[in-house]
Amino acid sequence: MNALAARRRHPAAIALLILVGLLVTGAAYAALAPKPAQASTVSADQVEQGKKLFQANCSTCHGLGAEGTKDGPSLAGVGAAAVDFQVGTGRMPMTRPDVQAPRKEEVLFDEKEIAAMAAYVASLAPGPAVPDAEYTDGEKGDPAKGGELFRVNCAMCHNASGAGGALTRGKYAPSLRNISGEHIYEAMVTGPQSMPVFNDSNVSPESKRDIIAFLHTVDKQEKVGGMTLGNLGPVSEGLFIWVFGLGIMIGFAVWLGQKSA
Amino acid sequence: MNEHGTEHGGQVAQPGPEGFGREAVRLDQGHIVGTGGLPERFDNPGFPPHIPRAADLDERAAKRAEKQVATLFGLSMLGTLVFIVAYFAIPMENRVFIPGIGLANLSNVVLGVSLAFGLLGIGIGAVHWAKTLMPDEEMVEERHPLRSSDEARGGFVKTVLTGGTEAQLDRRPLIKYSLGGALGLFALPVVLQVAGSLGPLPKDELSKTMWKKGDRLVRDPELTPVKATDVTIGSVFHILPESIKDSEHVLEDKAKAAVLLMRLEPEAIKVAKERDWGHDGIVAYSKICTHVGCPVGLYEQQTHHLLCPCHQSTFDVTQDCKVIFGPAKRPLPQLKITVDAEGYLVADAPFREAVGPSFWERG
Repeated sequence: MNALAARRRHPAAIALLILVGLLVTGAAYAALAPKPAQASTVSADQVEQGKKLFQANCSTCHGLGAEGTKDGPSLAGVGAAAVDFQVGTGRMPMTRPDVQAPRKEEVLFDEKEIAAMAAYVASLAPGPAVPDAEYTDGEKGDPAKGGELFRVNCAMCHNASGAGGALTRGKYAPSLRNISGEHIYEAMVTGPQSMPVFNDSNVSPESKRDIIAFLHTVDKQEKVGGMTLGNLGPVSEGLFIWVFGLGIMIGFAVWLGQKSA
Repeated sequence: MNEHGTEHGGQVAQPGPEGFGREAVRLDQGHIVGTGGLPERFDNPGFPPHIPRAADLDERAAKRAEKQVATLFGLSMLGTLVFIVAYFAIPMENRVFIPGIGLANLSNVVLGVSLAFGLLGIGIGAVHWAKTLMPDEEMVEERHPLRSSDEARGGFVKTVLTGGTEAQLDRRPLIKYSLGGALGLFALPVVLQVAGSLGPLPKDELSKTMWKKGDRLVRDPELTPVKATDVTIGSVFHILPESIKDSEHVLEDKAKAAVLLMRLEPEAIKVAKERDWGHDGIVAYSKICTHVGCPVGLYEQQTHHLLCPCHQSTFDVTQDCKVIFGPAKRPLPQLKITVDAEGYLVADAPFREAVGPSFWERG
């Protein structure tokens, strides 16, 4: 005790005291402040690792501090859900800046790396977190209600059966076949690329789960109509019958009109 | 004389020993040797020579054709029988995988294919029969003018006039006019029924929607009201008027009153009227395309384009939904909105113009 008392006038003492004070207030704030869903699982190490990965792979377009450049938007406030969706579906990193970021089978990062980048981006500004597994499991939803919501909110772009469709100037709404519930949920809550945002007050988490249930039901449905022609509706079906149906008829007409000898 | 050394007008090509056709004149040769001018008139070249068919000359070929036709008819019978059996024998649930086509309903496939054989067998057989065995002669059917001879026409007029005179039509005008009136009036009930069956006049139904001042904006399909704070930037809400709950004709009213609610950065909006009619960057536009009335729901949150899926009409939400591409001719009507005391979005006025496609009275 004497040793401590003897050093209380040491020049470093005041700095130490401030440091201790800051740590205590910080810890108390961290413990008491309202936190986003993912806060507990994010460590400083993870954020640091995510920052390194981000600067190595994403900063060309999004800027070193994710502030955005003319080639890519700022990522402040997009949240962990956006990173998990964009990188987890292979959309990011994009091969080159383009009107559409297509889904790629090959995902360049593993789950830990994606989680690290998500943690880094989420640390920039508050945004939607990676959804709770409770709301991404289609098994727990009501596919009938989901179908109704899907037809009102989603079907005009993604087609009534989720086959996708064209947008303006080369953009398109992708197919929703065999997409994990987590990614469907994240797309709705973050509004990737051209897609508008469907926040929780517009489509509640339960309703999002119903939509996931609907899409997964469509995935599982046995289609016994033969060739689906992309499930695109009258355009592809019309083209098919114009080419093959009319082709056969023209063939018969030519045969009928030919001289017999 | 010309460069070919022939007289002007040249020489008309003559039919060969077997008439025209055997030595048909090629187009690049022309009928006139020399200048290529036109002759006075073209001679009828007549038929090309008749070429007999194999079955006309050879009895064995005819026999073969007969067998082919009979086989086709037989195939048809087989197809029809398979159809009848399959109709009862194959359960509707059976599936079959067909390479190149995919998973299909077995009953559908078998019924379709057998019916195709049943019909095509008859059709192809009949045509093959006609082409190989039925008489094969070229013939000309002359066309005559349809007009009757002047005598016949005169006779008809005379008969009618005589009939009229003998019935005393011109001596008794009372009968003539009362008959005319009776016949003319009798046409009216027929016309009335046709016109009446078109249904009531639309009145102002095409111009009016359910929206009225103070009507809350509710989500489709849940019909829950929307707070202004719920609508975050980049969001799109599919909206109906709250009064749709009391509607007796929900589909008709929905088809006119459907609205799309979007929130843009207020500075992204380029038209002052659009900003004034919205609330803090939240704008509501009719979802019914002004081209032919499809629901315009494809909102791209980055370009602020609204695309109609039917004919690709594209509206720019930053420019008061001006048409920037496609066949639509007028912008989407904006619904003036505001917030009520509880913070919910409400309509501030009905639509100022008729929504949806143009119609006659709308101009």
